[in-house]
Amino acid sequence: MDEIQSLIQGFEVALSYRNLALMFVGVILGVIIGVLPGLGGANGVAILLPLTFAMAQTPGGTTSAIILLSCIYWGALFGGAITSILFNIPGEPWSVATTFDGYPLAQKGRAGEALTAAFTSSFVGALVAVIVITFLSPIVARFALEFGPPEFFAVYLLTFCAFVGMSREHAFKTLASMMLGFALAAVGTDPVTGTLRLTFGSTHMLAGFDFLIAVIGLFGIGEILLTLEEGLAFKGASAKINLGVVLETWKELPKYWRTSIRSAAVGCFMGIVPGGATPASFMSYGVALRFSRDGEKFGTGQVEGVVAPETAAHAAGTAALLPMLTLGVPGSPTAAVLLGGLLIWGLQPGPLLFVEQKDFVWGLIASMYLGNIAGLIVVLTCVPLFAAILRIPFSVIAPVIMVICAIGAYTVHNSIFDVWMMVVFGIAGYMFKKLSYPLAPMVLAIVLGDRAESSFRQAMLVSQGDMTIFFSNALVGSMTGLALILLGWPLMSLGIARLRQTLS
Amino acid sequence: MSGESGGRAAFRQKTAEIVVAAVFLLLGAIVIFDSVRLGIGWGEDGPQPGYFPFYIALIICLSSLVNLVRALLVAPQKNKAFVEIGQLKLVLAVLVPTAIYTAVIGWLGIYVASILFVGFFMRRLGKYPWWKVLAVSVGNSVFFFLIFEIWFSIPLPKGPIEALLGLN
Repeated sequence: MDEIQSLIQGFEVALSYRNLALMFVGVILGVIIGVLPGLGGANGVAILLPLTFAMAQTPGGTTSAIILLSCIYWGALFGGAITSILFNIPGEPWSVATTFDGYPLAQKGRAGEALTAAFTSSFVGALVAVIVITFLSPIVARFALEFGPPEFFAVYLLTFCAFVGMSREHAFKTLASMMLGFALAAVGTDPVTGTLRLTFGSTHMLAGFDFLIAVIGLFGIGEILLTLEEGLAFKGASAKINLGVVLETWKELPKYWRTSIRSAAVGCFMGIVPGGATPASFMSYGVALRFSRDGEKFGTGQVEGVVAPETAAHAAGTAALLPMLTLGVPGSPTAAVLLGGLLIWGLQPGPLLFVEQKDFVWGLIASMYLGNIAGLIVVLTCVPLFAAILRIPFSVIAPVIMVICAIGAYTVHNSIFDVWMMVVFGIAGYMFKKLSYPLAPMVLAIVLGDRAESSFRQAMLVSQGDMTIFFSNALVGSMTGLALILLGWPLMSLGIARLRQTLS
Repeated sequence: MSGESGGRAAFRQKTAEIVVAAVFLLLGAIVIFDSVRLGIGWGEDGPQPGYFPFYIALIICLSSLVNLVRALLVAPQKNKAFVEIGQLKLVLAVLVPTAIYTAVIGWLGIYVASILFVGFFMRRLGKYPWWKVLAVSVGNSVFFFLIFEIWFSIPLPKGPIEALLGLN
């Protein structure tokens, strides 16, 4: 078992005092980010990424930096549940499904139980996903070492077509938003020939649009504007978690093992294919509702209804790192930001990472185990503290979050122009959210645009412009084929529905 | 969310859909224009620089046309409010100061601008007494100053007041 050996080495890397301290710092920051409106996993990591530039220069620093950032991500995943259950406000989109049963539980005075169930199942979901990552990612990476440009382009194609096929938003809105991302990525220097594109003589456009600015604006500013509309007051249940409640809930949880396994499986699957945590949590809630013996009681405050979405969301959020590490294709916006971080630190995400940067990869995987344990401890012990943050009036917290976003946007390139861009992206994010244009495919396209284009053009160079190269062997052919099926799926399902209508 | 507070609609859903689809169409057209300039065919070394963006923009234009048509077909009775006037006022009450804040950053530096921004919010929307406004807004900037300038040594934009205090 090579994996176990590597994992033990990884633990040796992750278990330094510095890295352990960073884990706790990351998790605490992450939970705060997850609790605050307007700050979430993706833009939280994006804002803090510039702080790691210096850290990554030191020996072993990249590992510490990724541990800090990934722990912020775990913290944000945990934090979303707190606001959902106590305030009926999903702090993160993936915790919307948690409000369905979590908030009724809190209203019945069982908030402690609901929170413990949410945190514990988050932990279980993450653990399953990390185990999957531990054993599956070396295999995927080894497999992907053989990939050439056509295969990589097929993977990108599959990723983006999956968005169109599986998104809950309208297919043409998904397509428009995704392609806008690609267009933004194309601004600046052409990755192959170095020609300037789409800059229209502006020096600000030379470097192109940075995805970090886009993420901070779209998710941060956009989210604050949306929150504003819904009014400024938060009314929440109060919660205390003591050891008694925790143990009591833990005794009850094994009853729901079937739901847990199903949700973890749904989550891992949706995380690896770029479905993401949000659809995973809804899907898993729906599946639990259909299969549970107490299905008809869902929505009135069932612990099982908290277990299902939380397990799946956390499993998906974690599993999204698998394709990011092995193929360089992130499964979620936050994973995309982390991937951007790797690129900035000078690491090349993809199969070679597992050969050339063993310490980094396995240190990260080991830190996923430890970080989630740290997360569970932090959230179980500090809930009242985090809930108190939400009681800070919005007229104080909103401008402070705006200032944080502005500082985050500025520090990416030390440019005030970027702060302006952030505001523009903020307005765009607000409009897109309200008109249900999905943001995730756009962000992924901005991050992956150059790489997708390069692999396409390299493949074209190899084949001398012959498109059949994307069907030239069984592997690339089946990936391209699957991608095209997913792309056509919305049309097909529409056709099937029409057909049924006419037949009946 | 919408319609409950009984406010009048500032914009309707249909208008917003049409505007956004039109903006997409415009952006797509701009990209096509520049791609054609760069060459969208095949050079000696494979696709020309404009090749990839051209097809990307083509898809933007086609899908935004579909979105535009879909928006135009929205039935009047389904045309809900996009933003109510009250909501729009709140959103603008944040957006306009944010734009001013961004402009002031370049002039006074981020720390002083942040004091004014946070202070304005607390005084205007929160109606806090002055001493609270001052404590929070100044405290906030001092906190970020310590973190960025001292701890991480990342310089943020500073203005004449920092220069006066000798903090540059």
